[in-house]
Amino acid sequence: MKRFLYELEESWRIAYAQMRSNLTRSTLTALGVIIGIVAVTLMGTAIGGIQVGFDKSMAVLGDDVLYVTQWPWKPVDDWWNYRDRKKIQTEYAETINRMIAATPNSNLMVAVPTSSLMRSIKYGGNEVENVFTLGTTSDFTVTSTIDCKEGRFFNEIESRTGAQVVVIGYDVANVLFPSESPIDKFVLISGHLFKVIGVNARQGTFLGLFSWDSMVAMPLAAFNKYFNLKNEVDVRGQNQGESDVRVKVKDKIKLAEAKDELTGMMRRVRGLAPEKKEDFSINEQQAFKSTLDPVKNTIAIAGLFITGLSLFVGAIGIMNITFVSVKERTKEIGTRKALGARRRTILLQFLIESTALCLLGGFIGLTLAYFMCFGIGKAFPSFPIQFSFGLVVASMIVSVLTGLISGFAPAWSASRLDPVTALRYE
Amino acid sequence: MNAYSVRPTGPMVIDIENITKDYVMGEEIVRALRGVSLQIRRNEYLAVMGPSGSGKSTLMNMLGCLDTPTSGRYEFNGRNVADMDDDELAAIRNREIGFVFQTFNLLPRATSLRNVELPLIYAGMDPEARQERATQALTDVGLGDRIQHKPNELSGGQRQRVAIARALVNNPSIILADEPTGNLDSKTGEEIMALLEDLYQRGHTIILVTHERDIAAHARRTIHLRDGVIEMDHPGFIPELDAAVAS
Repeated sequence: MKRFLYELEESWRIAYAQMRSNLTRSTLTALGVIIGIVAVTLMGTAIGGIQVGFDKSMAVLGDDVLYVTQWPWKPVDDWWNYRDRKKIQTEYAETINRMIAATPNSNLMVAVPTSSLMRSIKYGGNEVENVFTLGTTSDFTVTSTIDCKEGRFFNEIESRTGAQVVVIGYDVANVLFPSESPIDKFVLISGHLFKVIGVNARQGTFLGLFSWDSMVAMPLAAFNKYFNLKNEVDVRGQNQGESDVRVKVKDKIKLAEAKDELTGMMRRVRGLAPEKKEDFSINEQQAFKSTLDPVKNTIAIAGLFITGLSLFVGAIGIMNITFVSVKERTKEIGTRKALGARRRTILLQFLIESTALCLLGGFIGLTLAYFMCFGIGKAFPSFPIQFSFGLVVASMIVSVLTGLISGFAPAWSASRLDPVTALRYE
Repeated sequence: MNAYSVRPTGPMVIDIENITKDYVMGEEIVRALRGVSLQIRRNEYLAVMGPSGSGKSTLMNMLGCLDTPTSGRYEFNGRNVADMDDDELAAIRNREIGFVFQTFNLLPRATSLRNVELPLIYAGMDPEARQERATQALTDVGLGDRIQHKPNELSGGQRQRVAIARALVNNPSIILADEPTGNLDSKTGEEIMALLEDLYQRGHTIILVTHERDIAAHARRTIHLRDGVIEMDHPGFIPELDAAVAS
């Protein structure tokens, strides 16, 4: 064991001396690894960023909330079966809430209705078009994490009376009120004045997925008073407005039971006979995730594979240079064997040489990648990029593995050299 | 005058009986050694001579445990090395044999000290003990003031002294010198031979492989190889006899 340590130390010393004396060659070879590590690391940060952005967007949905909708949250081939389904009415929420209250040990907590359509919002000379305008009840805060940067969400009284108040998203607030606080100001939506009572904290957008930043929310009663979903028809004759009911689950571990319970309630609401198929869909975050996950994973795998190729090229460079090194130092290997170096010793020596090169390349590559990430983060704040400690460890492990794998063949051939032949080699 | 004043009676270090070595060269089998028997005792000073192609190098590789014989028995300090594997042979070379090469074979980028330390590293010795032993060995060959020099900062004679210090450092059973003066001018060569003589006087066992008679004349016993067999094994170096053999 002690001997192994001494041999290890000696090998590192040789590797260092070797790199120093062949500076140009080592630098060029390490460059291949540097490029590979930069590529893989940047891809890793991008994938990490995608994951974080994705999770953030998903968090808006909540993992303990069921969504009763007309359309399922997954691609369907037989769209005609869904097109003519009855619309989801916001009144269902009240009915379901009554049923929940009447059910002992219900797995459901509360049902919240939402209606939405696209509207323009004005304040002074500023205007934001096509803002996702949501009407809901004060229970909305139970189903979604609402984090107000300023002000508050509307309360139950405002909700019931249909007060003309709105909570606006971060981006909306920024455009309408670039230099003043939006709180207690009146914005104009479709010719009606609404008082701003809250501004949401910035959430960030990602791949065009839903984000709170470009939404406004108001009490459903006020929404119904001023907007009529039936009139929301665009040029193609498609209905733009939509209603659904979200139901918060008590315990997300019992999500499946809760879903069954809710299905039963909805069948009663719709008055479906037992043999009839459901004419509504109940969705959860998971369903959405499972349609997006394959996309995300494909991006990750394809990205890592392509960038991995550049690392592979770097590894071939290392292998090549280690072969050259073995050839050049055949006589030295012979001498070392004559002095008592065993096969393992020689194998270790060359493995450490190739690993040292890869580690150096990996370290420089990681440093470069870090600064590039920093630069990209500064230049494009919305671009998801995530530089983590885990990534540093992973890249270093990848570097070491690259060194070990690419150095193995040459090191093995060196260790197998016949001492007599090696000593005679000129 | 060079012959042993007393016939060596020390314990047997090398005992070779009827070894052969065949090489396959393409279609042909080259029989480099055709049955060599040799016994070397402690504190002998032996020269191995012979023209090129006589099997001299092959015998040296066998004696140095760099290679194993095709057939025959080879005992080194009573241990059979004829069928040892690579790593066992490496251990024998490390502990029992000190090599001195014609081309010195020093590591170019390492100091004298590190060069001499190398066999001790392979033996697994502690850094402090290692450094002390290596410094002592370098002092013994007269290079106590050159321990931090690299080979390219040393003269040919000094390099060979470093190599001899490296051969000595593990206190081996034999020192195997292959044409140790081949790359040196005659004056420096004589200095190196004087150093070997000194080592012999201090009790080391020395095997000298050479084709130069002047060099072989330093040994106390000479064997001549021809066509893979020992043609002559005689104590001392008798110039007339040697001339007769050579002709």
